[in-house]
Amino acid sequence: MGKNKSKYILFIVFILFSFFWVRAEEKSAGDNLFISKGTILTITKGKIEGGSILIKNGKIFAVGKDLKPPEGIKIIDATGKYVMPGIIDSHSHMAIDRGINESTSQVTPQVNIQDVIKHDDIAIYRALAGGTTCVQPLHGSANVIGGHNAVIKLKWGKPPEELLVKDSMQGIKFALGENPKKSNFPMPRGPEFPNTRMGIEFVIRDSFNHALEYMKKWDEYQKKKSSLKKGEIPPLPPKRDLKLEALADILKRNLGIVCHGYRADELLMMLKTADEYGAKVVSFEHCLEGYKVADEIAKHGTVASIFADNWAYKIEAFDAIPFNAAILTERGVAVTVNSDSDERVRRLYQDAAKTMKYGGLSEEEALKTITINPAKMLGIDHRCGSIEVGKDGDLAIFNGHPLSVYSKVLMTIIEGEVYFDIEKAITAEKALAMAKEKEKK
Amino acid sequence: MKGKISIKFIGLLCFLLILINYVYSEGNKGYAIVNAYIFPVTSAPIENGILLIKDDKIEAIGKDLEVPEGYEIINAKGLYVYPGLIDSSSFLGLSEIGSVRATVDTFEIGNFKPHIKAEVAINPHSELIPVTRVNGIATVLVSPRGGTIAGQSALVNLIGWTPEEMVLKSPAAIHISYPRVIERRRFGAPGEKPQDEAVAQKQLKELKEFLDRTKRYIEIWEAYNKDKKGSIPEKDLILEAMAPALKGEIPVVISADKVKEIKGAIELADGYKMKLILSGASEGWKCAKFIGEKGVPVILSSLFSLPGEKEPYDAIYANASILNKAGVKVVFSTESASDVRNLPYQAGTASAYGLPKEEALKGITIYPAEIFGVQDKIGSLEKGKIANIILTDGDPLEMRTQTKHLFIKGQKLPLTSKHIELYEKFRKRPSIKFFSR
Repeated sequence: MGKNKSKYILFIVFILFSFFWVRAEEKSAGDNLFISKGTILTITKGKIEGGSILIKNGKIFAVGKDLKPPEGIKIIDATGKYVMPGIIDSHSHMAIDRGINESTSQVTPQVNIQDVIKHDDIAIYRALAGGTTCVQPLHGSANVIGGHNAVIKLKWGKPPEELLVKDSMQGIKFALGENPKKSNFPMPRGPEFPNTRMGIEFVIRDSFNHALEYMKKWDEYQKKKSSLKKGEIPPLPPKRDLKLEALADILKRNLGIVCHGYRADELLMMLKTADEYGAKVVSFEHCLEGYKVADEIAKHGTVASIFADNWAYKIEAFDAIPFNAAILTERGVAVTVNSDSDERVRRLYQDAAKTMKYGGLSEEEALKTITINPAKMLGIDHRCGSIEVGKDGDLAIFNGHPLSVYSKVLMTIIEGEVYFDIEKAITAEKALAMAKEKEKK
Repeated sequence: MKGKISIKFIGLLCFLLILINYVYSEGNKGYAIVNAYIFPVTSAPIENGILLIKDDKIEAIGKDLEVPEGYEIINAKGLYVYPGLIDSSSFLGLSEIGSVRATVDTFEIGNFKPHIKAEVAINPHSELIPVTRVNGIATVLVSPRGGTIAGQSALVNLIGWTPEEMVLKSPAAIHISYPRVIERRRFGAPGEKPQDEAVAQKQLKELKEFLDRTKRYIEIWEAYNKDKKGSIPEKDLILEAMAPALKGEIPVVISADKVKEIKGAIELADGYKMKLILSGASEGWKCAKFIGEKGVPVILSSLFSLPGEKEPYDAIYANASILNKAGVKVVFSTESASDVRNLPYQAGTASAYGLPKEEALKGITIYPAEIFGVQDKIGSLEKGKIANIILTDGDPLEMRTQTKHLFIKGQKLPLTSKHIELYEKFRKRPSIKFFSR
């Protein structure tokens, strides 16, 4: 009886275990897919003509010329087509339900973009139609210290939590210059602090000091608690402050600084202040005058997340030059070309191509600005940004070279799953044909 | 003593420089572009061709031409020759820095402003002009904006010391915005307020009244001019400015986006016998056949804009191709100042989504020239036309292609701009070893 019972329990445990095992497997598994005989732009390992890619459970399993598709696998014929890694947009405000700016205060690192992901934003689908698979939706630039970032994969149709890339770089958006100065917006209550770039520097410094004090209080509390003698009454913990906690995490380098900045002086101010407090400026967003202080940016190891050629829309954008990418790259700064727009994200490959025109980046360098460089910046280069074995099966298939104006996206794949397919998409031509059919009936 | 010598020396130097300059300019009687792959646009490409420029005109174009003595020879081996590109709607020269109101002269106050003339306020020394032309854009339509009737546009070549020297044709057209329902938008056009159908209808009624008034004005003056009897009618600068459009002397550009607005615009122009050019037409693809049958050309709004929330993802990109198939003459515009330099990529993108490459190129060369009635002057490489010419190292519609030489009105322009100057300057910044304070 006892023996039987234990057997019975073992059996149940086995069933339960296998059930959970299968569940776990299901959750991590993307699709299986075989892409056959395309021109593969791997980004990190050169170009493969007539190459194939095998994706298993959402991960790239093999890349090469002589691959054979496993039996029963879905095959996509890429003959005459170009395959590149899914495009990554390092600066976006899509899919966050327009909740861009918590502009009620100058310092709001306690708010989090990850809480407001709008998974059915049409911008996601349209970005997919431009070969983009991953974006960094950011807090706006109305406050000096804004909110927590998000990195999402454009898994159109999936619930918000499945879009989030959880093992990405976590950072807080900072902003310098005209926007936090609010020089281009009417302020209902009249001028507010900060009204100058000097004031902005103080806001950052002051916030960091508050964070240091907060950290000190907690340190003292922990110390007291751990050295408690028998019979002593434990001390009260300090009041938790989510804002200061986030700032403290910046100083502890648990969070990076993703900093909107235009002018050379303000970029230098940010680097200097960050260096002083031991914080890490992960990226300068826009970085329009980055070319003027490229060496300093390179020294801190900050990524320049730039527009290809936007300029002249405000004073601080009047010295913006399209050669920015060229000078920054030449001086050792990693450059990403971003969209900051639901429109441009649909054709980031065109903007990347402009870095070849202005200052002569190579094809490979140009493609890096929208693939591996943003992947590195966002801390997801172990998963995304190039076509390599072991990485996520995120791909964009073009009918021509992606850096040509005449090319368009045919298919966009995330983790082996097809999220955009021009054959199935309702294009304008198809919509007209459908309307005609309807009329006939 | 020392000072005297240096002044003398400087004087001598100046004299020499003037002399050299004089001899040089006398020596150059024209330009001969040789060994070129020439794309005249209106005729077949010429391999290993020769193009001669004399004064501001194309003197000759062909295969076996003799290069006259004294012409500066430009060896275009490996290069391609195209006509200067044309942007069919911009506010280049009217706007310098978008957010600084003092530098922006695009929107005048008021609703019926045919008397507002772009040519009056074009800044020939705008930093944006060299930035634009080094990308191969030689001619732009500069149009004011805002209100039901925005004003008169001017077609200008991107060269000249004064607005007058720049102007190729002014007024080029009167610009009308077809009254429409405007939904609340976060980032609408400046001064844009949401309005419903009733407001739109009221505006349309007012527009028709304005046109009727202009018609009456023309009649009164025609009657007076016939026999000069009676008292001289009163002059009205506003109606006077509108009159050429109603006499059919210049076209009206009516912006309309939705199908209903497009049909309304065509009906309006028909009713008043105005020569119509549609602009915007983001839903043009939905009524392409209708536009084609009416023979109305279309200036597309920037292709780099989003379609309506419920429209197909490629609606804006494929618009040009669908209109073209229905026989509509389609031209491209940036409706911008700082972004005019990206005009060719709009044409290229339209081509990626179905427009034949030749048609895409025509949409930024000969077609704009035709719709603004200057096809005898610009838009293609033909004998006798204004020498607006670009030499490139590839297809000008491709992002990576570089302009290698640039001629506007026969003048060889240096390939420089604020951007190129800043690039050269900061490339030379000595590298830093450490931060010093």
